[in-house]
Amino acid sequence: MSTEKTYIELYQQFSHAIQKPCAPLLNAPRDAAMDAFIRMGFPSSSLEDYMYTDLSSAFAVDYGLNINRLSIPASPNDVFRCDVPGITSWVYFVVNDSFYIAPHQPALPEGVIVCGLNEAAEKYPDLLKKYYNQLAPNGEVATVAFNTAFAQDGFFMYVPKSVTLAKPIQLVDIMRSDVDFMANSRNLIIIEEGAKAQFLECAHTADGVQFLSNRVTEVFVGENATFDYYSLENTHNKTTNIASLYLRQATSSNVLVNEIVLHNGLTRNDVKIDLQGEYCQTMLCGMAIGDKAEHIDNATLLIHAKPHCQSRELYKYVLDDSSVGAFSGKILVAKDAQKTEAMLTNRNLCVTPTAKMKTKPQLEIYADDVKCSHGATIGQLDETALFYMRTRGLSEADAKLLLMYAFMADVIDNIRIDVLQERIRNLVEKRFRGELSKCTGCVVCK
Amino acid sequence: MLTIKNLHASINGKEILRGIDLTVNAGEVHAIMGPNGSGKSTLSAVLTGNPLFTVTQGEVFFNGKNLLEMKPEDRSREGIFLSFQYPVEIPGVSMANFMRTAINAHRAYKGLEPISASDFLKLMREKKELVELDSKLASRSVNEGFSGGEKKRNEIFQMAMLEPKLSILDETDSGLDIDALRIVAEGVNKLKRDDNACVVITHYQRLLDYIKPDIVHVLYKGKIVRTAGAELALELEERGYEWIKQQVDEE
Repeated sequence: MSTEKTYIELYQQFSHAIQKPCAPLLNAPRDAAMDAFIRMGFPSSSLEDYMYTDLSSAFAVDYGLNINRLSIPASPNDVFRCDVPGITSWVYFVVNDSFYIAPHQPALPEGVIVCGLNEAAEKYPDLLKKYYNQLAPNGEVATVAFNTAFAQDGFFMYVPKSVTLAKPIQLVDIMRSDVDFMANSRNLIIIEEGAKAQFLECAHTADGVQFLSNRVTEVFVGENATFDYYSLENTHNKTTNIASLYLRQATSSNVLVNEIVLHNGLTRNDVKIDLQGEYCQTMLCGMAIGDKAEHIDNATLLIHAKPHCQSRELYKYVLDDSSVGAFSGKILVAKDAQKTEAMLTNRNLCVTPTAKMKTKPQLEIYADDVKCSHGATIGQLDETALFYMRTRGLSEADAKLLLMYAFMADVIDNIRIDVLQERIRNLVEKRFRGELSKCTGCVVCK
Repeated sequence: MLTIKNLHASINGKEILRGIDLTVNAGEVHAIMGPNGSGKSTLSAVLTGNPLFTVTQGEVFFNGKNLLEMKPEDRSREGIFLSFQYPVEIPGVSMANFMRTAINAHRAYKGLEPISASDFLKLMREKKELVELDSKLASRSVNEGFSGGEKKRNEIFQMAMLEPKLSILDETDSGLDIDALRIVAEGVNKLKRDDNACVVITHYQRLLDYIKPDIVHVLYKGKIVRTAGAELALELEERGYEWIKQQVDEE
């Protein structure tokens, strides 16, 4: 417990400093969350849910935290220049865990709110009271409890009833520090009844130090609302990225989650989607491209609590060199969730004999009138296809590239923003060509 | 153009080719016939560098260059093309992407700039008509969901795109109905020039009604046992392979 002890003491010693810049609503759940964290400690591989990814050692680094909210010696626009041809979006930044608005943003539609989480907690206490910390499983997931205890800011977005956002909202998360650094930022997204919004979150690292980002995002999607959540990670190899997404869907809502890991160090993505209304539609997908010693672990849980919902889940990995992939996906169909349709697929390519993939697709079904399937494959590139392509003059490298790229095509096809789809297509191709072996700034925007 | 001397090849330690000698000159059409299991497809696989087969003896020269030392892609870039007996399906890779990558690889090998998008599309359109493939070909995945006939026509389409010096057609007639056979054969005939050559591997005479060979070889037990003019194919059609097998086995 020595690593934990450091942080527990830090929390106890600086409790006042942590709370001081924050609204009471963010401070209220801290102590209980810290108690839960003390009980659990950082998750090690002895826990079933962390079998393939030991997070406890990732926290052992002596990271700095910006508890006193010192301003960061760089404006996000110096670090990051955004000029995506075609993608017009509202752009916001979270640097470590501090919220910034990109300059010259057009006005949002009436009633739509986008601001820092702490600002939201001060200005809109009624909203925050209703939604903040309502989905985060502080009692069960240590990293989430840790985030709740330390979180001081992050991103807040509110789309009121029946409002449609014509353009996506883009949030660029940048880790920026001159010393090894940890941030616990927190996102809250509320999409009200009948509203429509698309959200893209990109994670980046701006400096060559060791980073740990432990981010928790809570999303509420109201009745008949439509919400797209895209996340794109392009961080350097010395990054530990823990991103936990908790999303609740109300009746007849339509949600797409697509999590893309292009480049990283150690990544653990948790996604829990709770279908709490009838006739929900959910598409949950993700892709991971690993090389060198990169490590990507996706853990998903999709809960069908009500009848007549449809979900599809698709995760794909291409692992090169000595990279490691892990996937555990569970679909839980509650007793009352009759007429559920759920499909879970995980397909993986290990390009080298030293790449490793561990997968665990699970179905847990308590209803008796459902259509559910799950499956996983781990394979190599098709030698027959490679030879066929080479007899047409393609180099072995080009042939492999086309095959790997083709393998990912259906995950990319699931992106519902055309320009973003095209952009990701390019990025994935570049990544396979080895042209994205470094990651400075936002690749989506450069 | 192609000189094969005493070629021996095996798969998993089993010898399939046991001393092939063959010379193909520019402007010629050769037919290689033979009973099942005689080594016909192995010959095409070895010439294109299929890694499943091991050459144990002999040599192959293509326009003066040692073919056996070349990677499969370099053999293609030097001008060898194989129309596969079983074309491979590649889901997710579009024909356009596949062909553009192939053509640019050929061009780079010759020190040429990549083909422009408009020239490429023009080329595709032109060559597609040769084998009467549908207009959506460019966006379809390579061979995926193609009928047997379409797959074979797609092979000839690729041949037309790459303009090889030596084309090897491996059982291109198998699984084709009479109309598809005609289209494929007409495509091959239109691509025929004085400076290229063609080796047609087939079990039956049928395809040779459309593609007239100058020289016919019979392959049996991994060796070429008979070589003659086009009349040999007709004789085989009439009498089958038994008489040749008997003669050879007696020798």
